[in-house]
Amino acid sequence: MSGVLVTTTINGDAVQFACPEEETLLDALRDRVGLLGVKEGCGTGDCGACSITLDGRLVCSCLVLAAEAEGREIGTVEGLVEGGKLHPLQESFISHAALQCGICTPGFLVAAKSLLDRNPDPTETEIRYALAGNLCRCTGYDKIVRAVQNAAKEMRTAKSA
Amino acid sequence: MKHDNSYTGQDFKVIGTRVKRPDGIDKVTGRARYGADASLPGQLVGRVLRSPHAHARIKAIDISKAEALPGVKAVVTADDMPVPEGLSGDLKHTLENSMARGRALYDGHAVAAVAAIDAKTARKALQLIEVDYEPLPHVTDVDAAMQPDAPVIHDWLYTSGVDPKPEKPSNVAQRTEFGLGDIDAGFAEADVVIERSYKTEATHQGYIEPHACLANIRPDGSGELWVTTQGPFVYRNVCAQLLGMDIAKLKVTSSEIGGGFGGKTHVWAEPVALALSRKANRPVKLVMTREEVFRASGPTSSTSMDIKLGATRDGKLVAARAEMRYGNGAFPGIWGMLSCMTSFACYEIANCKAIGYDVVQNRPKVAAYRAPSAPMAAFGVESAMDELAAAIGMDPVEFRLKNASKEGGQSHYGPVWGPIGIRATLEAVRDHPHMKAPLGPNQGRGMACGFWFNIGGQTCSDLNVGIDGTVTLTVGTVDVGGSRASLGLIAAEELGIPYEQVQVNIADTGSLGHNDMTEGSRGTFSSGMAAIFAARNTIEVLRERAAKMWGIPVEDVIWEAGQAKAKGSEHSNLPPLSLKDIAAKSPKTGGPIAGHNEVVADGAGVSFASHICDIEVDPETGATKVLRYTVVQDAGKAIHPDYVEGQFQGGAAQGIGWALNEEYIYGEDGRLQNPGFLDYRMPVCSDLPFIDTKILEIPNPGHPYGVRGVGETSIVPPLAAIGNALSNAVGVRMHHVPMSPPRILKALREDRRANRGPAKVA
Ligand code: FES
Ligand code: FES
Repeated sequence: MSGVLVTTTINGDAVQFACPEEETLLDALRDRVGLLGVKEGCGTGDCGACSITLDGRLVCSCLVLAAEAEGREIGTVEGLVEGGKLHPLQESFISHAALQCGICTPGFLVAAKSLLDRNPDPTETEIRYALAGNLCRCTGYDKIVRAVQNAAKEMRTAKSA
Repeated sequence: MKHDNSYTGQDFKVIGTRVKRPDGIDKVTGRARYGADASLPGQLVGRVLRSPHAHARIKAIDISKAEALPGVKAVVTADDMPVPEGLSGDLKHTLENSMARGRALYDGHAVAAVAAIDAKTARKALQLIEVDYEPLPHVTDVDAAMQPDAPVIHDWLYTSGVDPKPEKPSNVAQRTEFGLGDIDAGFAEADVVIERSYKTEATHQGYIEPHACLANIRPDGSGELWVTTQGPFVYRNVCAQLLGMDIAKLKVTSSEIGGGFGGKTHVWAEPVALALSRKANRPVKLVMTREEVFRASGPTSSTSMDIKLGATRDGKLVAARAEMRYGNGAFPGIWGMLSCMTSFACYEIANCKAIGYDVVQNRPKVAAYRAPSAPMAAFGVESAMDELAAAIGMDPVEFRLKNASKEGGQSHYGPVWGPIGIRATLEAVRDHPHMKAPLGPNQGRGMACGFWFNIGGQTCSDLNVGIDGTVTLTVGTVDVGGSRASLGLIAAEELGIPYEQVQVNIADTGSLGHNDMTEGSRGTFSSGMAAIFAARNTIEVLRERAAKMWGIPVEDVIWEAGQAKAKGSEHSNLPPLSLKDIAAKSPKTGGPIAGHNEVVADGAGVSFASHICDIEVDPETGATKVLRYTVVQDAGKAIHPDYVEGQFQGGAAQGIGWALNEEYIYGEDGRLQNPGFLDYRMPVCSDLPFIDTKILEIPNPGHPYGVRGVGETSIVPPLAAIGNALSNAVGVRMHHVPMSPPRILKALREDRRANRGPAKVA
């Protein structure tokens, strides 16, 4: 059996894990690093439940080989809480009832954060297209879009304050 | 709309407020544990081998090579899952559905399974299993399955509900009929009659979390199952019976559930995981791939139906007939029967007859999906209603209002209506600004109504008061979309304490009495009812304890605004005791304070909805865009309005997907061609507009707060609302769902060829 040793940074921490060459980053994050907030909805890049950032770029971790993470920076939903405080997006998702079952939520949060990092003041259409890679079957997206709009507004206000 | 409290006679303090759900933090931080997120020491990976044939005899299965592969700890086939003595009917079918016995009945039917030390070894082992198949003739289309020359799937299946009893087996499992009056006389009275045929394709619930479980059977035969399910108690009963175990020896814990919509009310691969664990004597984690979810777990029926409606010139519906043929997949179900019961519920029709056929086909066993069977029947009936309104020159909303079911009226499926909301939803639609908004070219507006029964069922709840006066409410229905918050509100309301003082806990099967499935929109309805009674039961205990503390008779103690108060002037020197005060003294006044309730929650209260949809059609490509969407529905009483709105919006979005895109596509070979999210296209964020909601509150007299189930009705109207909007946008009437671009384009071309003649059948 052949394998690789991967040295990477996850949510700011240096992490090392070993895995078979063909293992996906999704499986490695879940089964070897224990980051179970990264979800699998399809394994084929179609649902976005496994969304993470790789060097700041939004990717489906089910489509990335774990070996490709060597020397790179990974961001997952577990890294959104900063200084013991929920990220404004997380607060907003709760207060706007933007989750029902919640299985899609980690992926949406990572994708929404990646959008707001790039574009702090997105239009509704921009939000809808930025989140079009994430499937939610429960909400009809209404409250998700509103939660992102609200978080964006709060983050802008906090910044200008 | 202001809450009408004429039935309930109460004003609420916390009910109806939009509090934060208690499980929110775990769900936004990734800490909530779903089906695939548990592990046990020494666990193995389970995987299932599935039939590539739509129908085949399994002549032999050779598992020796797979068993010999290093790292493989168990291989199971039907031989390892014998039929326990006395098992029959639906349970027997469930066992056979989880593992084929002698025949594979559909593409994706499980034929063997392995447990190995890792996924790679398990996959390799599957390839080493040799199955000798003899392909058999198959049938996947529901109409074809009913033909006399169709291959008969089960030689033991004789149509029930027909007289005389058939002499030969067929694929028609049952015929059911509901109705009122004399339809021949009714149609004779009609000035205008519309008769149309419709077809709808099968869809999947599409929950984002695949089926997943962790099974652990111990050498002494006892065991536990961690699983994503809508009903741990039912899963326990079913799995224990299928495996021949004592029910009490299997503990089932429901994980957080990543969507179910009915699809996680049925047992799929769980018995296989348990059988693997039993054989390997190790814990086994089994997670379905998305492809397996599509091929082997519950789609809806594919349907075909004929609808005939008759009205007089002045707009009175005088007769209706529906014949609805519902595919059941490989095993008989009750889906056609449900379609009969829902089909005409919105309207008062003196003469009507709904006939349903339940038909088996070489497809996966059909499962419940949100208001199961109702959306398809509503597509037919509500499309024909619009055509009929047009034919007599009446506004479609006025036409429906004129014929809407009323309190005291006789429904076509049996019950006499109590207070119901169909009329109120139609009036709200008529008066809604959405109905007056301007439309552009190639845009159209449509509306449609929907009905669902809602169910109550067996429920059991515990309420425990902690030593510090905080309260734990333990329920046995799972939280599919915010019900913890709603139930916490209910307990707080009854006890007169702040919501924050209540914690809601979902029980495993070892910690509470039996609870039926969380289905039929019963979660908040029935657990809410049990919570109310458990809280009232607790208040009795609290009064007794307060009486003891004061040394006065319990009759002199009342519970008011979260406090025990001594009534009567002789006790005016006694200051009230709060829940906290009483709890703190509980060790000395009789021990822990708790309330319980076991109930068969009857009186779930039917629910009606009316939807409005604006759509734009691109005449060149047949592509559609939903521009605006409004849901109006009767909730009885909205405990937590955010999550009621969420149910309305989610159901509408699923209905929109069903109407426009989603379908199971089978090839000539009987194999499913699109078992993935890429080709089975569910709506994404950029496909939809905001979905406006209007909650009406017409209290359900069957519930102390007037609550009705709210989870399902919202998926019923969209198919027809969209069909009606489309017809108003571009003048073609669609009779086949999904109304996907190719089908719309075909209809438009045919319409153009006919020189914009009357609407064409698509
Ligand atoms: S699991 Fe990666 S996109 Fe669905
Ligand atoms: S909240 Fe259930 S899939 Fe999005």
